[in-house]
Amino acid sequence: MAKLTSLFVILLSFFCISEAVFEDQVGKFDWRQQYVGKTLFAHFESNTQSSKKMFVATDKNIFASFNSRTGDLLWRHVDKTGPEGSIDILLLHGQDALMVVGDGRLLRSWDTNIGGLNWEAVLDTGSFQAACFVAIQDTVKLVAVLKKAAISLHYLSNGHQKWVENLPDSDAVQYQAVYSGGEEEVYVLGVVPNSHLTIIAYSLEDGEIIKSVEASWLSSIESSCVVVGQGVLMCVDPATLALYTLPIQAEETPEFSQILLQSLDLEVFPGFQPVLVSSQPHPARSPLSEFFLQLGPDHHVLLQLNADGYTIAPLRDFQPAFLVSFATTGKKTVAAVMTPKNETACAINLFSVDSGRRLLDTTVLFPLEPNGGKPHTLYVHAFLKKDDSVGYRVLVQTQDHALTFIQQPGRVVWTREEALADVVTMEMVDLPLTGTQAELEGEFGKKADGLFPMVLKRLSSQVTLLQAWLAHLWKLFYEARKPRSQVKNEVTIETLSRDEFNLQKMMVMVTASGKVRREGVTASGKVRREGLFGIDSKSGSILWKHYLENVQPNAAFKLIVQRTTAHFPHPPQCTLLIKDKDTGLATLHVFNPIFGRKSHIALPALPRPILQSLLLPVIDQDYAKVLLLVDDQYKVTAFPSTKNVLQQLQEMASSIFFYLIRSDQGNLSGFRLRKDLSTERIWEVVLPTEVQKIVAVKGKRPNEHVHSQGRVMGDRSVLYKYLNPNLLAVVTESTDTHPERAFVGVFLVDGVTGRIIHEAVQRKARGPVHFVHSENWVVYEYWNTKSRRNEFSVLELFEGTELYNSTVFSSLDRPHLPQVLQQTYIFPSPITTMEATLTEKGITSRHLLVGLPSGAILSLPKMFLDPRRPEVVTEHSREENLIPYAPEMPIRTEWFINYNQTVARVKGIYTAPSGLESTCLVVAYGLDIYQTRVYPSKQFDVLKDDYDYVLISSVLFALFFATMISKRLAQVKLLNRAWR
Amino acid sequence: MASVPRSFLLLSIIPTILILCADFACCNTGRKTGDGLDTDFSGFSVPLEHSFEVDDVSRFRMRGALQLRGGRETSVSLSQSQLSEEDRKTLKEVAAVDGLYKIRVPRVSLTDRQTERQMDGYLTAFVRACSLVESHLSDVITLHTDVSGYLIGVSIVTIPGACRGTEVEDEVDLEAFNTTLTIIAPTNAPQPETALFIERMDIEHEKRGKPQEQKSFFAKYWMYIVPLVLFLMMSGAQDQSGGGAANGGGR
Repeated sequence: MAKLTSLFVILLSFFCISEAVFEDQVGKFDWRQQYVGKTLFAHFESNTQSSKKMFVATDKNIFASFNSRTGDLLWRHVDKTGPEGSIDILLLHGQDALMVVGDGRLLRSWDTNIGGLNWEAVLDTGSFQAACFVAIQDTVKLVAVLKKAAISLHYLSNGHQKWVENLPDSDAVQYQAVYSGGEEEVYVLGVVPNSHLTIIAYSLEDGEIIKSVEASWLSSIESSCVVVGQGVLMCVDPATLALYTLPIQAEETPEFSQILLQSLDLEVFPGFQPVLVSSQPHPARSPLSEFFLQLGPDHHVLLQLNADGYTIAPLRDFQPAFLVSFATTGKKTVAAVMTPKNETACAINLFSVDSGRRLLDTTVLFPLEPNGGKPHTLYVHAFLKKDDSVGYRVLVQTQDHALTFIQQPGRVVWTREEALADVVTMEMVDLPLTGTQAELEGEFGKKADGLFPMVLKRLSSQVTLLQAWLAHLWKLFYEARKPRSQVKNEVTIETLSRDEFNLQKMMVMVTASGKVRREGVTASGKVRREGLFGIDSKSGSILWKHYLENVQPNAAFKLIVQRTTAHFPHPPQCTLLIKDKDTGLATLHVFNPIFGRKSHIALPALPRPILQSLLLPVIDQDYAKVLLLVDDQYKVTAFPSTKNVLQQLQEMASSIFFYLIRSDQGNLSGFRLRKDLSTERIWEVVLPTEVQKIVAVKGKRPNEHVHSQGRVMGDRSVLYKYLNPNLLAVVTESTDTHPERAFVGVFLVDGVTGRIIHEAVQRKARGPVHFVHSENWVVYEYWNTKSRRNEFSVLELFEGTELYNSTVFSSLDRPHLPQVLQQTYIFPSPITTMEATLTEKGITSRHLLVGLPSGAILSLPKMFLDPRRPEVVTEHSREENLIPYAPEMPIRTEWFINYNQTVARVKGIYTAPSGLESTCLVVAYGLDIYQTRVYPSKQFDVLKDDYDYVLISSVLFALFFATMISKRLAQVKLLNRAWR
Repeated sequence: MASVPRSFLLLSIIPTILILCADFACCNTGRKTGDGLDTDFSGFSVPLEHSFEVDDVSRFRMRGALQLRGGRETSVSLSQSQLSEEDRKTLKEVAAVDGLYKIRVPRVSLTDRQTERQMDGYLTAFVRACSLVESHLSDVITLHTDVSGYLIGVSIVTIPGACRGTEVEDEVDLEAFNTTLTIIAPTNAPQPETALFIERMDIEHEKRGKPQEQKSFFAKYWMYIVPLVLFLMMSGAQDQSGGGAANGGGR
């Protein structure tokens, strides 16, 4: 019997192996896009025309290199999330990229060619302030790192520390800047706000000189001072509207000299903090004596510090100008200035720094998208052309974190939508039918209005069909003459149409990047950049994007599909509910998910905080599902709120129930709608917050179908599933975190009646709990504090061998509690997210898609998570195909649906059914986005790619002819026999 | 007063208690004021209130008293009065307009000291009034507690649960509640069954492993090896003699 069992297990495993991807299927149905996040620092490799590399460090703690010709990633290093891996600064010199990581924790040097780590040095504790290269005799050999209370010098070649000095009086003085102009000294600048400036000069060998300068107006060096020319500190004071200069290297105690902006005929935009921009092309030399002064949001002035170090000459006034940047190639330094051209484009021009003259033929146009963000930062890659003139390419970062690389003369080489590194939520929407198909469909959808108009309509739709067919033929003919390579099958919004099996869909993704870093003074504060993206699920190309401005940084989102594409001629409609987490106030953004256009629909006024939103199956006369919004006074707002809808709501009011959860109070309560759209509280369950807190609540997905009502058991009886569509799974964690007393609670609550269907406690367990609630089961994963391992537990609910009411399920009429079966398994890996596959009709067996921290996505058959797995194999259990219980859940590498295409930092997995019952569409998102298809029961409804049509048809034909011939022969024979 | 709890004690051994009308219940409403020390041994009672109104505005009235007993074996019993003539009328009216019959109990803890027992707020549940009428007031009330003995939820269902619109003619059927009362504590979710699995594996191993270990390779296949060796020896001897002859011939 044991042999049989093992044989059985082996057979099963063979069955599962077949899920793996074949080599020729790689990339056929799946794609991956890798992102890096919002760029903080960007550098180009070298100043030659042929260089292809550029390096970025981002707010997602990623250091990456792009191919500047294609925008593809050359390599990428993903560090720890959170402040531990945050990149403080990125400096580039030659082949070395230096990086300070984790608020001054580590100093790293990377080889920029291959992206390998040269060395890593652990720095002394203390928060990071600034860093710069230090040159000795024209060669850069050292790097200086300024911390809050110390400065250290490290060799560039091996990271060894040359020396470290404690900064004097570091409690009072805020040291903020470090400067080296190629001489034998390093200068550390510190400030006691509104009192004085401290300059400490360290000789490279040793020793220090301290100078103190009176500067009562100065509060921060970082935001208002730069070093220009031969070591002159240039500061701007918005209060006195003056520039201050101070020679740092002067022997005797220097003093600030004041130059009023008025004397230069300059005026600051009211309420604007002026900003200085300077450039130090080479660390071994002093910075340029030219610098930019930003006087307003779109006003910059190029100024020059004269050789005497006290007087300033204005070179050129740029107004309007959004962004300015310096770029150096060889001996030449140029300034790039972005000016608005018209509504749809910005112009970028190069100017000679010495004279302020515009360089000829350097205009590049940057296209401004109507729904995109404004330009935010300019990174210029200047190089000398063969004729010694300056050429350049420019990388523009916009407010929506998109990077656009533009080449002369104004060609957009590539665009990277880095906002997609932070997808919050997504939905998949069916594509519309083609125009002609839709035309025919629309004909049937409309109401009949007489015989004659109907005939006309039919004729007109057939004319359009004919037109489309002719156009198609013409296109075929036209393209047949072209070489094949030129004929591209590009996906555009116009050509989008549903395919035969509805495998291609529109992915609507909501992105957010809420991390607020210390930015320049120009940053507009704590406004988060939200983006909406429409992505073609087949190719991964971004078809539209919409940038939402002024969304609060801590907003929560809910994306709701109110109308699908099935109701031609009504366009599909999606609603994004944006809710401020602090105030609870919500706004709605209604748009067409196929084209991304905002719909001009009258939105309901939402003056009160919104507690809950629910999508009803009620549809209005335009086939849009009704969205109910419940505010904090338990009043209900319907959207859309036409008369028709309100009437329907009144009729149905007594059967509309909803629940509210206040996790801070541990309160779950249920409400019923009244006819006047007010509500009444009908049930209340309270989980005392002193004992446990609610971490998550999940209902079932509304588009989920369950094909079989029960399971056939070994003895041919049926065990019926408890399929309650209103069931909520509530997961709690204990407030007591002691490993012996910690627990995870799982409550199954009926969302209509508030009845606690099941209540289980997993002892000695703690979160993070990941769980999936579907059909008649709940699978959850937790950390076992006693055994120190991850465990999976599965709960299944059965009604028993008899159904209470087989025709319809009503929460109000199900008096008997279901039988609950539960089993627990050890899982040998932590997990980051979990989701279940979903298919059109629910016939296909279910798999769990588990995102692992390694970036792999595991497709775990639900068969392994079955509480009816027997401990001892019996005849019945074998009949039922139950796998014998084994405490450890296997992880087989062939179950990884994304083979080697790991998805970094998986945050969520989205599943959607396709038109094929066997196929489920999967999108995993995190830092990367990965889309694929899974076939949990293999492709039982699809012929294989290598299906031998020729053989089958030839056999068919052969048989056909054989029957014909034999029939004829038989006839002849019969005839002959008859004659005899 | 002391005799009343004793009768409850006896009953409380069975977790599911059926209590028919009890007229003495009226004396047992409200909270019992006992001293703190013996709270774990003697129960205490909390009111069970109900509300059924034609206009669906909750007005809770006393229905009965729940006698709760904490400690190692929690138990609960209910004493409740009959429905008055007026109540019966209202209930039928509410059932006619498909109103709700709601019950509520205060949030209490079964294990904590008397002073901390009562927390603010109630736990509420409902059932359709028509189903209560049609089931002739036979309802099942379940109280749920959490791990530390707090009441967290209450639920009420009627058996049968459906509203078929059958008219309840007999007023007597609506006089007294036929209540089944249960208290449910959370179940402990199972841990992975490693010990049993290892035991089973061991047994299987023994079954399979023992005979194999005892027989060595030679002992198992001697019948093949011996003839082979014999054959080799025979042929080897022949070869040697043949070889010797050939060598001799060569010389």
